[in-house]
Amino acid sequence: MTSTSAVSTLDQVMERWEPVIGLEVHGQLLTRSKMFCGCSADYIGSPPNSNTCPVCLGLPGVLPVMNRVAVEYTVRSALALNCEIPEHSKFDRKNYFYPDLPKGYQISQWDMPLSLNGHLTFTVDGEEVRCGITRVHLEEDTGTLQHAGDILQQARSSVVDLNRAGVPLMEIVGEPDLRTPAQAREYLVRLRQILVYIGVNDGNLEQGSFRCDANISLRKHGDTGLGVKVEVKNMNSFRAVHRALEFEIVRQGRLLDQGQTIAQETRGWVEAKGATISQRSKEYAHDYRYFPEPDLPPLRLSAEFVDRVRAGLPELPQQLAERLQREHGLSAYDAANLTAEREDARAFEALVAAGVPAKAAANWLMGEVARLARETHTPLQGSGLGLEGLASLVKLVEAGSINGSTAKELLEELYLAGGDPAAVVRERGLGQVSDQAELERLVDAVIAENPAAVADFQGGKEQALQRLVGGVMKATSGRADARVVTGLLRERLAR
Amino acid sequence: MSPETVGGLGARLRRGETTPAELAAQARGALQSIEDLHPVLRYTDALTERQAGRAARMLAESPERAGPLCGIPFAYKDVLCVEGVETSAGSRILEGFIPPYTGTAIQRLLDAGAVPIAVTNCDEFAMGSSNENSAFGPVGNPWDPSRVPGGSSGGSAAVVSAGAVPFSLGTDTGGSIRQPASFCGVAGFKPTYGRVSRYGLIAFASSLDQIGPFTRSVEDAAHVFTAMAGHDPRDSTTSPLPVEPVATQVARGVAGMRLGVPREYMAEGLEPGVRAAVLAALAELEKLGATLVEVSLPSTEAALSTYYIIAPAECSANLARMDGVRFGLHVDRKSLTDTYLETRGQGFGPEVKRRIMLGTYALSSGYYDAYYRQAQKVRTLIAEEFDRAFESVDALVCPTSPIVAFPKGDKSDPLSMYLCDVLTIPVNLAGLPGISIPCGLSQGLPVGLQVIGPRLGDAQVLRVAHAYEAATAWHAQMPPSSPTATGTPS
Ligand SMILES: [Zn+2]
Repeated sequence: MTSTSAVSTLDQVMERWEPVIGLEVHGQLLTRSKMFCGCSADYIGSPPNSNTCPVCLGLPGVLPVMNRVAVEYTVRSALALNCEIPEHSKFDRKNYFYPDLPKGYQISQWDMPLSLNGHLTFTVDGEEVRCGITRVHLEEDTGTLQHAGDILQQARSSVVDLNRAGVPLMEIVGEPDLRTPAQAREYLVRLRQILVYIGVNDGNLEQGSFRCDANISLRKHGDTGLGVKVEVKNMNSFRAVHRALEFEIVRQGRLLDQGQTIAQETRGWVEAKGATISQRSKEYAHDYRYFPEPDLPPLRLSAEFVDRVRAGLPELPQQLAERLQREHGLSAYDAANLTAEREDARAFEALVAAGVPAKAAANWLMGEVARLARETHTPLQGSGLGLEGLASLVKLVEAGSINGSTAKELLEELYLAGGDPAAVVRERGLGQVSDQAELERLVDAVIAENPAAVADFQGGKEQALQRLVGGVMKATSGRADARVVTGLLRERLAR
Repeated sequence: MSPETVGGLGARLRRGETTPAELAAQARGALQSIEDLHPVLRYTDALTERQAGRAARMLAESPERAGPLCGIPFAYKDVLCVEGVETSAGSRILEGFIPPYTGTAIQRLLDAGAVPIAVTNCDEFAMGSSNENSAFGPVGNPWDPSRVPGGSSGGSAAVVSAGAVPFSLGTDTGGSIRQPASFCGVAGFKPTYGRVSRYGLIAFASSLDQIGPFTRSVEDAAHVFTAMAGHDPRDSTTSPLPVEPVATQVARGVAGMRLGVPREYMAEGLEPGVRAAVLAALAELEKLGATLVEVSLPSTEAALSTYYIIAPAECSANLARMDGVRFGLHVDRKSLTDTYLETRGQGFGPEVKRRIMLGTYALSSGYYDAYYRQAQKVRTLIAEEFDRAFESVDALVCPTSPIVAFPKGDKSDPLSMYLCDVLTIPVNLAGLPGISIPCGLSQGLPVGLQVIGPRLGDAQVLRVAHAYEAATAWHAQMPPSSPTATGTPS
């Protein structure tokens, strides 16, 4: 950044201007088939244009047939986000020309969406934030284009792949209730977590199954009106959203400080440049000419259907975290960590049910197990050791049969390979040396062999004790309990 | 002598006097002999041969189980998709488009053993009332080749009128089956909206389009309808209700039925010859025991403008897929926008462009409420008026068209052309079944009687039409110059 006096930092801009941020999230639904045809909704990895049929290719004469599971998943999501489900809704055609849109219109929902008026509550820096959710509606995804250059208009040639065209896509429109990039990021984290929890979306930002566009404008603190908003696209990580919003706040703030006006436009985040660039200005603003989709009858959702979907909702992350705190005495921090992924929370509950103390279960899962899962790209549930193996390992530690460092080594060794920890400990004689007489004999031997260290310690050098503890551990091949050994040494040397 | 009906041909097939292949060859020959009328765009030879073979096997295996359409040749309009056969919707933009799938209606006919022979000419994307909007040239009316056959299903009407095939398929969005049936002197039936699947029909206006048959008799129309009708999981707008067994109902007669005559349909604007023929037909129905009741449909006047908002609005979206990216015409230009503009500019004819622009305008932000929303309200009103009328009558009877077939080039301004459909359009807006059957001649040209029924009252419509047909001889009239009429033996 240059340092002319006219250039303000993010903090300076935010002192003068209040960002107003609203997010639009698109989530692909984990249905088996596409929204309006029988093709697979799982299109990743198929050869280009192979996962298609006359319907999703938009050939003349074809008709859409609604995927009922997609409707159910959308209603499930809407309920998890505290939305109302109107009895009557319908699909509409959103008209525009683009090569990734085979029919020249997208079947979406305009004025009668599947759900309305929800909200999501979360905490950022100890402050509770409540973000309204305008609506959750259902539509179809487009195909994908590949072209040279940043935007189609400048590309020399482009290729179209329609494998993704027609995949069920849920749009979650948030109210402009967010005020900082951190709030925006946390909103997305929580939203993604909920969708993954309820099994409707896989939450993959990189592959674009969970996508976010942001609308952002600035206004004077205390103003209630809204400034000119800019739409930011192409952010495919939480970090990108955070950075793009920070960039926009500074960019818009500087322009406003200079007395300039903000252009209403769509800008794309370019990760490599760390900047947003203008993609489409107002002259290109679309008139989508929405009108009711005549090929699909209006949708009527009975109260019984909605009740059934509601009853089938799993425990949501927040409820689960609260319950773990209540039932197992976990701290809010541990509970939040353990519930970030539903599988972790499941593993925790399974360990506890198998007799592992809650605190130990939490520590192991969030520490060593999380590290190994990350490094080996293998979740505990899919590892060789599995939940049962981990439970048995942790119980060996808790019973004092092995010490912590042995347990860590065993975990590392058995995580992928699998095996019964108790059997391995027995076979290799890894059991902790807990025979008091045996330990005393070893301690005495180490004292006798290390007169210098003894003298140092007795002369006041605390660290010298560690050398003696190390000697005992070495003699037991690490199977002694270091705390017990330390106690014994102090006792002996104090005499 | 008049050409044979589906029923007559079927009887001969079952007696072993002829074969599907022989009938197919005769039909092809007859179609070729009327090529100067230009009703056929292409022949389906490979499919014809396969299907004739299939029909022959079906007849050999079980002559009783083979349905009435088994082995019967037919032609279909160039907007219906059949796997492996070019379908161009009468448009340059789809020239060379070969669908990789077969639509439901034709699939059901194929399964019943019917044998396709040819694809018929029509107005481009079914938009027109004279067949003059076809990108491949107009069609002549077999009764007078200098006159139009009506539209948009002009080719399908002409081939049945000339006696070349016993039946053909058309589509009706605002009268595109009934009006050409009227102009060509054959039966043309538009079923209730949602009774025949639209899957495989290249859409003009999705909420109005319906597939139906042209035949030489009402009984034949019932056969074709029965084979095609019924719920289709591929078309969510098809009715899930079972189809009434039509065959047992058509021959019941009209004695005791109450038939409504809409005052607004008999108003000024009717050609005197048309009025006279229709009045005579009404008298005949009365003689057959029906009670005639005058009814009023006051919103009729608004139907035309309502239609010309809704149909273009839907077509503006339906035709957006014709963009040169995946199929059909592609005019390569440097930029994407220019490629779109040139492809569509060169590919669509003037009437199609006019309707796309009308529809785009009607849906535009700021105009939607004044046009599209308003039109939907009037549409509801029109449907409700019909509902009220059907509380007191079993069916409505009226002219199909206020005029008879007009000379080619006679209606060069769009509005006068649009007015041809003033008596058929309300039926599409309300989604009702309607048929046109021959009921006389005016200036030596056929006049059509329209029978309209309540929603899903397809059998009722056919029943009234059949009673009239059974009592009169108009359906047996042949065009003066047709090959059959001039004595070509079959
Ligand atoms: Zn598909």
